[in-house]
Amino acid sequence: MKSAIILFPGTNRERDMAAALKRATGNTPQIVWHGDTELPDVDLVVLPGGFSYGDYLRCGAIAANSPVMPEVIAHAEKGGYLLGVCNGFQMLTETGLLPGALMRNANLKFVCRDVHLKVENTQTPFTTAYAPGQVIRVPVAHGDGNYFADSDTLDRLEGEGRVVVRYCDAKGELTGDANPNGSQRNIAGILNEKGNVLGMMPHPEDMTDERQGGLDGLGLFTSIGTAA
Amino acid sequence: MIPNETPITPELVAEHGIKPDEYQRILDLIGREPSLTELGIFSAMWNEHCSYKSSKIWLKTLPTKGPQVVCGPGENAGIVDIGDGQVCVFKMESHNHPSFIEPYQGAATGVGGILRDVFTMGARPIAAMNALRFGSPDHPKTRHLVRGVVAGVGGYGNSFGVPTVGGEVEFHESYNGNILVNAFAAGIADKDAIFYAKATGVGKPIVYLGSKTGRDGIHGATMASAEFGEDAEEKRPTVQVGDPFSEKLLLEACLELMESGSVIAIQDMGAAGLTCSAVEMGAKGNLGVTLDLENVPCREDGMSAYEMMLSESQERMLMVLKPEKEETARAIFTKWGLDFSVVGETTDTKRFLIRHNGDVMADLPIMELGDEAPEYDRPYLRTEAPDPLPASEIEAPKDYAEALMTIIGGPNNCSRRWVWEQYDHLVMGNTMQRPGGDAAVVRVDNESTKGLAFAVDVNPRYCLAHPYEGGKQAVAEVWRNITAVGAQPLAITDNLNFGNPERPEIMGQFVGCIEGIGEAARVLDAPVVSGNVSLYNETNGVGILPTPAIGAVGLLPDIDVMATIAFKAEDESIVLVGGHGTHLGRSTYLRDVLGRDEGPPPPVSLVNELKHGDFVRSAIRHERVSACHDISNGGLAVALAEMAMASGIGAVIDMPVSPDLHAKLFGEDQARYVLTVPGAHLARVLEDAAAHDVPAEVIGKTGGPALRIGTALSVSVETLHHAHEAWLPEYMSEEL
Repeated sequence: MKSAIILFPGTNRERDMAAALKRATGNTPQIVWHGDTELPDVDLVVLPGGFSYGDYLRCGAIAANSPVMPEVIAHAEKGGYLLGVCNGFQMLTETGLLPGALMRNANLKFVCRDVHLKVENTQTPFTTAYAPGQVIRVPVAHGDGNYFADSDTLDRLEGEGRVVVRYCDAKGELTGDANPNGSQRNIAGILNEKGNVLGMMPHPEDMTDERQGGLDGLGLFTSIGTAA
Repeated sequence: MIPNETPITPELVAEHGIKPDEYQRILDLIGREPSLTELGIFSAMWNEHCSYKSSKIWLKTLPTKGPQVVCGPGENAGIVDIGDGQVCVFKMESHNHPSFIEPYQGAATGVGGILRDVFTMGARPIAAMNALRFGSPDHPKTRHLVRGVVAGVGGYGNSFGVPTVGGEVEFHESYNGNILVNAFAAGIADKDAIFYAKATGVGKPIVYLGSKTGRDGIHGATMASAEFGEDAEEKRPTVQVGDPFSEKLLLEACLELMESGSVIAIQDMGAAGLTCSAVEMGAKGNLGVTLDLENVPCREDGMSAYEMMLSESQERMLMVLKPEKEETARAIFTKWGLDFSVVGETTDTKRFLIRHNGDVMADLPIMELGDEAPEYDRPYLRTEAPDPLPASEIEAPKDYAEALMTIIGGPNNCSRRWVWEQYDHLVMGNTMQRPGGDAAVVRVDNESTKGLAFAVDVNPRYCLAHPYEGGKQAVAEVWRNITAVGAQPLAITDNLNFGNPERPEIMGQFVGCIEGIGEAARVLDAPVVSGNVSLYNETNGVGILPTPAIGAVGLLPDIDVMATIAFKAEDESIVLVGGHGTHLGRSTYLRDVLGRDEGPPPPVSLVNELKHGDFVRSAIRHERVSACHDISNGGLAVALAEMAMASGIGAVIDMPVSPDLHAKLFGEDQARYVLTVPGAHLARVLEDAAAHDVPAEVIGKTGGPALRIGTALSVSVETLHHAHEAWLPEYMSEEL
């Protein structure tokens, strides 16, 4: 599988992402500069974590208007796989590729810790390696991960199986305590209508090596590798 | 704006923090009255923060060399060899005064400054830590300061993208009016691609890089070199404002620039900004420097030479460029959207010549600005050694369980999770041991199996009671922390926070601690390769506890062979290494449970530290140990509780009730560790210990849901965990 990671000024998890993709697929992704207006021919484009342009405006808002973004959108419209993690998820909502918005964490503090996620839909190109309802443990690291959408949108996302992962406890219960940021209905990651664009706040890329504490995040990347 | 040719009155001199005899020295040196800009430059170069005038004479006594040392003190950071053609660049630095005035920005720019020190030398930062000290929890400002400092440290490091992997947080009333924010950073570089500040070659362009210069932070270093009075809050304009985004760009641009072969010398603009960086580059190269200030990128119009020379705006660098590489270098900075401006050149005059629109604003001898700075051999009064306080004179707790819960659930020994969960400690994907253990372990890159261990520590109450033993103990403690994960300590950095050195008793604390640090660093082969001195940590004449924070770096050749503190399995033997506890003077038990802070601190036998530590490291490296924790604050009982809490597995300790049980459980005797050893390896571990004359004794076994110590104590791990985790979040959730 061929992939590309978009590098924005202020991006800081591109190395983590590149290492994870290499572990899962054996291929090293290409790095594409935010000022480029062409994308290489790849199966997967990744919008990685970090603080693009400093995120001094709304997170991801400037990145959503960067020179490379029309190409990223075109890639998705052609059916190419597009993954946005953390800051990348924020960009996807800012571009309108995914509905809703990511607000400041409910307790107003940055949070970095492992969370449990329940994989709710394993019929997506990003999750086939997981078992339905499987509980995985991966870290979050963000200050603005509080997913919000109006209840009609939430109902629709749920009805269409587009809520891919939710925050849960170790047993898979969707509790308030397990929700690190106040997200509506414990939503951690969602899919677009066509099923080729995934945005999620947690960092599966940082749980792809036993030495990082486990391999629970690896399945996401092997899934895309299989799909592509 | 005050004109440059303003008459220099005694008041103006005093406002610049320059003493009358120091001003006379200036007059003697230049043979005329200085201009206003020149006075500002002297004030910037000769303040305590930049000149180390009270401490230099003592810092020279510290051991700084060793086969592992690539670069010792005097550069932006220290450098040690980590093998395979790689080096680790690291340093710790204080940002105390600014953080008290404006906690978020003060802490944030402290992190920014130390990261710049590391990447100025060509290293990509891979880990950050911090040592934070706040006033008493019931002081009205404490919550506000904790919240602001932690958010500031996180706000900067998280955005920049360096994992903040460890540190310490302590509360004590001596910091009520003067908190301590000490930031540590470490980076990795290739040994043949290290960059220094020393300029070479005449007529080489001097280039300004990074963010624009504003009016923030003017006289920051001078402010940091004075005591606080009631007016501390009025000094807010001297605090800089941080922009981690610009710093991240500056990092990437600088590393790209260095790789392009364009750089002759490079120096970050930290304390005293443009002045200090330009003077250092020139003076180190035995060259003069001419600057034309109209070329300095400014954030606002109408800035004077005085303001530009003294601004401490952040995220800026100064570089001496290879002239033929100017276009390559400019293109790199344009790509990253940063300023790049030729602002001057090197000369053979050894003068520091500052022009602004053609007018000479300052013309000073460059070598003397640094070399001729005042240097004081301040009178000092040694702290009297405290009377002995045998454990037999200290009462045992009525309820051992309650005593343990008081300690692990109290302000100074409770979990710091509330703090480090606000720091991104995982970015870069190489964090092999997260915060909460003895030392953090970070893999050097994601392809490598080599790791570095980092720890920072000091016990200021020990240092107050006995500066020499306290200084020794601080080094021994971080050395043990590094050893306890299985790594070999390589070198240390010191961040020496003290009160007013003009008071002999404070100077006595400083001298005692330095002597202790030096002795421990020598014996343990952990040379001091970088550091920072922060004096005048006083408010209204009351000094802080002497606080020489020590940061250490160790090498772990194979990250798959390391120890963590968590018990791993039931029914493994628990081995106490280094003997039973006997010493309760200055202990956590004495203070937290009995409310007394007295007696001598535990003496440190460096010979034993070395012997016991080398034994423990060897046992870990031979994979005979399943968990390891060093014994420090709170003694054996707290160490065991922490190992249990980290795993959820309890332990049963065979220790009968005896008159000295409180010393055995809470004594803070040094050079001790707790190990867990699987049955198959136990005989060998005990044999090795005996062969090396290391006291090692099986004191119990892991297992069960509770920590049980004889008949004295039985608490479920869950109860321990709850007490340990509760205090800080509950404290911080109360209204400001």
